This record gives sequence, structure tokens and C-alpha cells, in this order.
Amino acid sequence: MSEAPAPAAERRKGLQGIGASRKRVEDARFIQGKGRYVDDIKLPGMLFGDFVRSPYAHAKIKSIDISAATAIEGVVTVITAKELAAHSLDWMPTLAGDKQAVLAGDKVLFQGQEVAFVVAADRYAAADGVAAVKVEYEDLPPVIDPFKAMDEGAPVLREDIKDQTEGAHGKRDHHNHIFNWQFGDSDATEKALADSEIVVEEMISYQRVHPCPLETCGCVASYDKVNGKMTVYGTFQAPHAVRTVASLISPLAEHDIRIVSPDIGGGFGNKVGVYPGYICAIAVTFLTGIPVKWIEDRTENLMATAFARDYHMKGRIGATKDGRITSLACHTIADHGAFDACADPTKWPAGFFNICTGSYDIPAAHVSVDGVYTNKAPGGVAYRCSFRVTEASYFIERMVDILARRLDMDPAELRRKNFIKKEQFPYTSAMGWEYDSGDYHTALDKALDAVGYAKLREEQKENRAAFDRGETRSLLGVGVAFFTEIVGAGPIKNCDILGLGMFDSCEIRIHPTGSAIARLGTISQGQGHSTTFAQILATEIGLPASSITVEEGDTDTAPYGLGTYGSRSTPVAGAAAAMAGRKIRAKAQMIAAHLLEVHDDDLEWDVDGFVVKGDSSKRKTMAEIAFAAYNNVPPNMEPGLEAVSYYDPPNMTYPFGAYICVADVNVDTGVTTVRRFYALDDCGTRINPMVIEGQVHGGLTESLAIAMGQEIAYDADGNVTGGSLIDYYLPTAVETPAWETDYTETPSNHHPIGAKGVGESPNVGGVSAFSNAVNDALAHLGVVHAQMPHDHWRVWQAARQAKK
Amino acid sequence: MLGRIRERENMIPGKFAYAKPSSVAEATAMLKEDADEVYVLAGGQSIISMMKLRQSAPRRLIDLNGIDELRAIEVGADEISIGAMATQHQVINDAKLAEACPLLAEAAAQIADPQVRYRGTIGGNAANGDQANDMPAVMQALDAEYVLASADGERSVKARDFYEGGLETERAENEILVRIKIPRPAAGHGWAYVKQKRKTGDYATAAVAVLLRKDGGGFADVALGLTNVADVPVCATEAAELLKGPGDAEAAAAKAAELADPPEMDPRGPAEFRRHLVAVLAKEAIAAAAARAK
Ligand SMILES: Cc1cc2nc3c(=O)[nH]c(=O)nc-3n(C[C@H](O)[C@H](O)[C@H](O)COP(=O)(O)OP(=O)(O)OC[C@H]3O[C@@H](n4cnc5c(N)ncnc54)[C@H](O)[C@@H]3O)c2cc1C
Repeated sequence: MSEAPAPAAERRKGLQGIGASRKRVEDARFIQGKGRYVDDIKLPGMLFGDFVRSPYAHAKIKSIDISAATAIEGVVTVITAKELAAHSLDWMPTLAGDKQAVLAGDKVLFQGQEVAFVVAADRYAAADGVAAVKVEYEDLPPVIDPFKAMDEGAPVLREDIKDQTEGAHGKRDHHNHIFNWQFGDSDATEKALADSEIVVEEMISYQRVHPCPLETCGCVASYDKVNGKMTVYGTFQAPHAVRTVASLISPLAEHDIRIVSPDIGGGFGNKVGVYPGYICAIAVTFLTGIPVKWIEDRTENLMATAFARDYHMKGRIGATKDGRITSLACHTIADHGAFDACADPTKWPAGFFNICTGSYDIPAAHVSVDGVYTNKAPGGVAYRCSFRVTEASYFIERMVDILARRLDMDPAELRRKNFIKKEQFPYTSAMGWEYDSGDYHTALDKALDAVGYAKLREEQKENRAAFDRGETRSLLGVGVAFFTEIVGAGPIKNCDILGLGMFDSCEIRIHPTGSAIARLGTISQGQGHSTTFAQILATEIGLPASSITVEEGDTDTAPYGLGTYGSRSTPVAGAAAAMAGRKIRAKAQMIAAHLLEVHDDDLEWDVDGFVVKGDSSKRKTMAEIAFAAYNNVPPNMEPGLEAVSYYDPPNMTYPFGAYICVADVNVDTGVTTVRRFYALDDCGTRINPMVIEGQVHGGLTESLAIAMGQEIAYDADGNVTGGSLIDYYLPTAVETPAWETDYTETPSNHHPIGAKGVGESPNVGGVSAFSNAVNDALAHLGVVHAQMPHDHWRVWQAARQAKK
Repeated sequence: MLGRIRERENMIPGKFAYAKPSSVAEATAMLKEDADEVYVLAGGQSIISMMKLRQSAPRRLIDLNGIDELRAIEVGADEISIGAMATQHQVINDAKLAEACPLLAEAAAQIADPQVRYRGTIGGNAANGDQANDMPAVMQALDAEYVLASADGERSVKARDFYEGGLETERAENEILVRIKIPRPAAGHGWAYVKQKRKTGDYATAAVAVLLRKDGGGFADVALGLTNVADVPVCATEAAELLKGPGDAEAAAAKAAELADPPEMDPRGPAEFRRHLVAVLAKEAIAAAAARAK
């Protein structure tokens, strides 16, 4: 008989399970510089690849002369589209059903496009080789402005598909058209708009930005010619999908390919796609049997691997005079660059942009998105958000603010008036999404109270009066934003990538001495999976989190899963972990019953083991059960204690939150000073409050960056005007305000532990809060909508033009 | 022709040779022998980035970090002398300098970030020839003299005459900047360096240095310098004139803005904004300097 156990609360604390602010187990190695990233991988004899890139946005390639490059000592070979074509590798499929040139053949379509791959014994020789390759171009007129892409007479960008009237997502209306995607009821929406007492119309642009992870993209590909195995270490957010795609486009069988994502230094969507560097490295090692490393530099990362946003959303919102929203319509021009390499679930070419009714009960809504080709880098990834959700959220949050001003109503009040009510959940939106759970009024009221909202509005009145009297050049802005995300893609019935259902997985093995290893189909890029997934399991199986190793990222060992992006890890793989844990617990219960010589049904779970109902002195801890699993199981039961779960979520999850930004905007210098930023997040059940806080801090910092400065800008000729970190805005601790975080907790109605995902919420909600604050300040001058980024010169310009 | 051609910007420098002399004489002798595409290396905070981008491809680097005599800061009764290899960090933290000429520390502290300032030198910042650097306009406001040494001896060039634009300066290929001599500003003078940038580690969108002295009810010994608003640092003498005597800060600021000649458009904004900002910052700097003057 076991000795008397410690009180339940104490044992629960010892497990460090769900709800514990457990320190991140990853940090010990990261803060000591002991992480192992792709660039840390060095294989014997390894070669280095580097790209010759196009200086032009649009040009014919007349000739490529590699002779001077191959003459350089250390340069092994230079490959061009011609060499790749011999192996049918000059084009690759994109995740969006388009194809992309691996190396440009007849022409280049964006500045920075890959033209030749120089392979050398070291990085220096490779770079010298790049400089020595001579490419003769004949420039062609570029299409830079997405609004002009479909003009009559616009230059043909994609010669390869110019006569195709059908694309991967239906009809193409023009040679630079990719798709038109519509959702909602157009007739009902038009009618509701026509019947509305007030209709507000505005063009809301979300500039082209870049996720800019600290670690750039790269890989080390190594083909073993003897046993026919290809191993690729890479910065992959979805290693299994990469393996399947690699097998589909190459002669290699899937079991001969091993994809490994080691430590990843941030992804934010940038590492979801498949890039020419991977293909070239794989092609060269396949032909030579020598390992090849390719690592982008910062400029290449910003200029060539996937960007995000570039959505231009023309909205109309209808309402009654007293502020009841009746209808919402949006037409978007989506600039996808030269190839459609968006990373969305295959059936969703505009992602979940139709979540754009946001947190409001809007009876009629319709969206239409036209994707167009331009002479810019391909991409369109979800930069720290679920697919096109930041765009949708920014759109509705600006539209609601603009409507509030037109109605002369407080923006918080207008939101409260139109929120989906607590009792309406689960709520089905006009777009057909079923929101799982929510309590928006409580969240917003808590936020308004926390910042002293009413007082701030009083102060704003005084500030505006002082401004009018010429006593200050600074305007106070209060940005209120409320967001509802849609994350956790997703149910196989409507979410797949290239036919792969977006389930996820967890496999657990319990060792005899009561510790365990869990492997998942996801891959952390800084989210802290090793910490938090162990906590889910600790609560489910009653072993301390510290006794559970979490492993991800190696396709030879991890169960199949679709990877980490779109806040899907906790909603999908986290659910799989809980379900696998429950399978473990079910078998453990039978073993415990056998050991205690009672019937299964006579046992109940008690934190870290089973007790006999009504006699808690009779108990078996999980550690005891684990050992028994290897030597004393019931007759006819297989020994061992393992489980695997492939989890197909019944629905997405819908995290929400209320964010308020208080800022002072100087109209002379254009400088915005954030006084205060309050973020309330409701991500359902909170697995680790400290990790949540860390994620919120990081996401808010990225949202600050996007709203206040980030932009991948092109000039009229298609030159990237700021392709380095001098121009591309990454705020430091100095620019970053102190974040105030808070929460409510409304569990999901379908997730096994009620969790929803949080890593991306702050980016989704934060951008709107910052932009609403700046616009709220400038509203005093008559500005209706100033476009992002709200950097110094644009703010100054908006203020000045408004005064005219 | 479709705009500028942007050649692939690399992060990997080409091959170069390296030498580390231990005296000025040794260094200048090396330069006498061969100065073609030979660069001296100070803090490396500009040159190494340029080499990585292959915008600069020295055949040889002569590292001055082994020459201790170049690090001295001396504050005399009439003159301040700063060794070219004194780091920005050193300048920020030198107590005597802070008392004699606080403008230097105020400006140096606004360069980049602590890591850069710990390695970056005052001489490198001044000699680099980049209008985006903060020291050139400050040195012009202070009417500093750059002492250049070659194997043939030393000569001095005024900061106000040194810069030619496009990274070109009066310094000959075989010369090393060894010292910066600054006339010690009058006791009780007022100073300010006001810089606006997009983020920590960025160069100025615009910055204004002001130096002045109270004289009766007005100002004397006025100097204004502007950073990163033209292809050279701008010594805004005409603006300074307007501030002398009873002075008109508003007119001086407006004049400073007129003297700015920024590019029509770059990621820091259109020329119009940069010019406007010069006026705003100049007013602020003048007010701050006036308030500090005794
Ligand atoms: C991220 C970042 C941000 C920055 N931000 C700013 C900023 O805001 N403001 C600012 O002013 N600077 C900034 N800098 C530049 C920094 O101040 C450099 O330190 C400075 O420009 C050059 O000084 P250095 O000692 O590093 O010179 P180096 O980089 O070693 O040399 C620069 C050039 O000057 C020449 N040179 C150096 N010393 C001498 C000498 N004694 N005689 C002759 N020639 C010489 C070199 O040959 C080279 O051509 C920044 C740098 C970085 C990396």
C-alpha cells in the first residue's frame, strides 16, 4: 500500500500542469548560445550555395555567362534554369496551386529573383562567384501598382500562363489576374446597404510587410548515394508537408526523405513556403552526393522570401442612425507579386478573410477578393496570424471606428452595441463561421475600466481645446480595438494543404520509471512547445511536466502533422496531446484496477493516479502504473504504455481580446509616443500564463512595428527602396512601450481542454489599436483614415493635408 | 532606362590583406608605400558594413587599433584635442570634456546604440565622409580642425572645408586623421544637439547642432550644423547670422530649413518633410541652447 499522499493541491502544483507559470525549458540552451540552428549544422565536405539575383523588376534574360565565376578558385559549379530544366526542376509548385520559377529562365519578374545558383567550397568563394556571373538583361516595363495590373494593355507578366483562362481558383479575367474569390450573400448585402440610413465607404490599405524572423531561411541538404536517403535540415514550419511535396516533385520515395527542423529562430509565416534555395540545394546534393548548405542573408530574406499583406480593402459599412450595423461589403485587390505563393489552406485563396465581420453581429455581408500579379516578390503569408486574419481584423476595426465618427458616437459604445452577445454563442456569422465561445462585453468593459476610458475622453477634449488655442502641437489619441481571430486550421472537411488534411498529432511513450517522451507533428519556432505541451500532458496523465520530453521536427520520428503557423499548435496538436494523454490514462486505469484488484469502474482519477472510489487510501500513482505496464499488466493486455492521437478538430477556435492604445501624436514632427498600451486576451483555458504573457509581449511588439513603420516599399521601377534593417523597422526595447496585459477566460466549447491559441492574437489586435489611436488623434484635424505605416513623415503629411 | 540597377548586395566581403601597425609613423609609411584601395580601419562600424555590402572593396586594411597615442583626449584652456581613435563611448564619458564642451557628448550619445559607440571612433565618424554621420555637422558647428598625417608630415583642414559629398573628403589617400582640434567654447555657452530618427540604431532623419553664447540681451558666437539633410553636412552660417544680436529664432530656423537640400524622396520621407523637420528641430535646439547659456 502506498503511504498517505500529499494533499491534492500540493501534488497538482508539483506536476506543473495546465495553469502553472512554468519556466520555459528551452531558455536554458538559448540564453547560453547553445541552440542548434540550421546554420550551426556542418557536415563533412559540405558546399555552400549562393544566388545571383535579378537587379530588375521585369526583364528578359538575354544571356548568362558563368565562365568568370567558374574560374574562381573554390567555385565548384554554377547552375541556371537550363541545368534544372534537364531534371524538370526549373519550376516548382506553390502552396497556392500556382508554379514558381526556381531559377529564372527567359525572364525575371521581380527584383531579387533567383537567376543562378553558385556552388562553392566556402561562403566567400560563393559570394565571389555570384559577383562574377554576368547576366545580360533587356528591361521590360514593370507592373508595380496592383490597381493597374488588370488595365487593358498592361504588360504580360506571366508568359507561361498568359493564355490560361482558368487558374487554380477559377476563372481568370486578365493575363495578370490570379483569381476572384467571393463569399457571403451579395444581393442581400447590397439591399441592406441600400436600405441603410448611413453608409460609410473607405479604402483601407494594409501595406506590404515582411515577417523578418531573426534567423533567415536556409537549409542543409545531404543525399547519401549509397543508401538513397535524402536528409534536409531546414527552417521549416511544416516539415512533414515539405517531405510529402519533395517526394511528389522528385523521383525520391517519401520514406527515403528525412526532413529535420532543428531550433528555429522565429518563423512568423516566413518559413512556411518552399523556396528556390531549398530546391537548388537538394538538386545539387542529389546529383553530386555532397552536402550543400544555403542560408539567405538579411537583404535576400527581406527582398525574396515570403512577404505578408499587401491587401487593399475597399469597404462599405451600413448602419442605422442610432448605430446598429446592418451590412458590410468589401472588395479587395490583393497584390500577390510575381507568383501566387500564398500559404493558405488550398481551398482558401484569400485565407479566412471572410472573418471580416469581426466581433459584430452583422446580418448581411459580402467579400470579393481579386488576386493580381505584379513585378514584386511572391508571398502573402500569414505573418503572425491565421490566414489573412490580421487583414480582416484591421479592416473591420478601422471601418467601425470610421463609422463611429460619422455617427458621432463613441467608438467603444458603437462596438458594445453591435457585439455578438454572450448568449448567442456558439454563433454563426453571416459568412457561415461558427464562433465557439465568447463574452465580448465583459472583456471590453474590463479594458475600458482598466484604462479609465471616460477620463481619457475628458482629457482628450481638453487637449483638443488647448491645441486649438495653439498651446500644444500634440494630439491625444485613444485607440480602441476589439478582435476575434479564427485559428486552429483546421477541420479536414474544409482545410487541407495540397490535399493533406490539416489535422495534427501526438504520440506518447511512457517509460518504466514514470517519465515520458511525447512527439508532435508541429514545430516550435520560439513558442515554447516543449514547455506547454508537457504541461497539458502533466495534467492529463499525472506525471510531472519536468518528466516529459517533448520532441518535434524530425519526420523520421515525429508523427505526421501539418506544422506550426496560424496559431494551430495548441488548438490542433495540443488537442491531440490531450487526447493521446486520455488514451494513456484509460489503459492506466485498467492496469491500476488490476493492481488494486478492483473493477475499472470502481476507480477515479486523483491528480497523479487512481484511487478506489470511497477509499482514497487505496491508490496507484502513474509512476507505479508505468512500472507495472512493463511487468504486471492484466491478462490479455499488451504490455507497454503508449498512445497516439491524430486529431481532426471539429471546428476552429476563436480567441478574442480588447486592446487599448493611448498615444500622443505630434503633428510637427510626426512622432507618436505611446503612453500606455493595455491588452486583454481571452484565449480560453490558459496553459501557462507566463508563456502567454511572453507571446503577447512579442506579438504586440511586432504589431507596433507594423503599424508604426514596417513596409517593403517599391519605387515606380520596382526597386525595393529599403531592403535592410537600417530602413526596415524592427523596434528595439527603447521604442517599445511597457505592455500591460490582462485576461478573461472563456473556454472553447469543443477543444478537449478548452484552449484556443494565443501566439498571434496580439499581432491581430495590436495593429488596429495602434492605427486607431493615431487616427483618433488626427481625427481632430478632420482626417478620416490615415494609411499605415504611421511613420513620422506619413503622420506629418496626413496632419498637414487635413489642415489644408 | 528603368531606374537604378541594384546589384546583388552581399553580406560577405571580398578578399583583403590586413596589417596592424603600432605607431602613426609605421602606419603612414605603409600608406606611402601603397595607398591605392588601402583603407585604415578604426572602429569598423562603417567600413565593415560597406565591405560586406561590397560597396567598398579595400585591397588592404590598416588597423589603427594598435596605436594607443591616437586615443588621447586633452582639454586645454583654449583648445580641446581629441585623438582620432578615441571611441564615441570614451567621448560620452570623459568628465573634462563634458565640462568644457558638452555638445560633443550630447551628440555622441545619440549615435547608433551602445555596442556601436563602444567600438566606433570619433575620428572614423568624422573621416568617413558620410553626411549621415553625426559628428561632421557638430564639428562644423564647433569650427573644428582635422589634423591629417602622412609620411611627409602633418597638415590641418577645417571641418567646414573637409566634406565634398558622396563619401569624398579633402583627405588624401595616404593621409590619416590623427587628431581633431576644437577651439574651447566660451564658459557659460549654450549648446544642443537635437536629432530625430526612426529608431535606435538609425541615422538621423534630420538633426541640428546649435552652439551660442549670451551677449547682452542677445546671442553671439552662434553656429548651426545640420546632419543628413544634404549630400554633405551643412554648416548653416546664414541661419546662424539671423540669430546673432537680438536674433530671431523663427527666422533662423526657417533659414536653416532653406539651406537643407535632402533627396526628393527616400525611406525617411519626402524632401518637404525633411526640410520642415529641420525648422522644427532647429527651433527646439535653439531654445534648448538658449536655456542652457549662462
Ligand atoms: C547600426 C549602426 C548604426 C549607426 N548609426 C549611426 C548614427 O546614428 N550616427 C552616426 O554618426 N554614425 C552611426 N553609425 C556609424 C558609426 O558611428 C561608425 O562608428 C562611424 O561612422 C565610423 O567610425 P569607425 O571608427 O567605426 O570607423 P571605420 O568604420 O573603421 O571607418 C570608417 C571610414 O573612415 C575611415 N577612417 C576611419 N578612421 C580614420 C582615420 N583616423 N583617418 C583616416 N580615415 C579614417 C576608414 O578608412 C573608413 O573609410 C552607425 C553604425 C552602425 C553599425
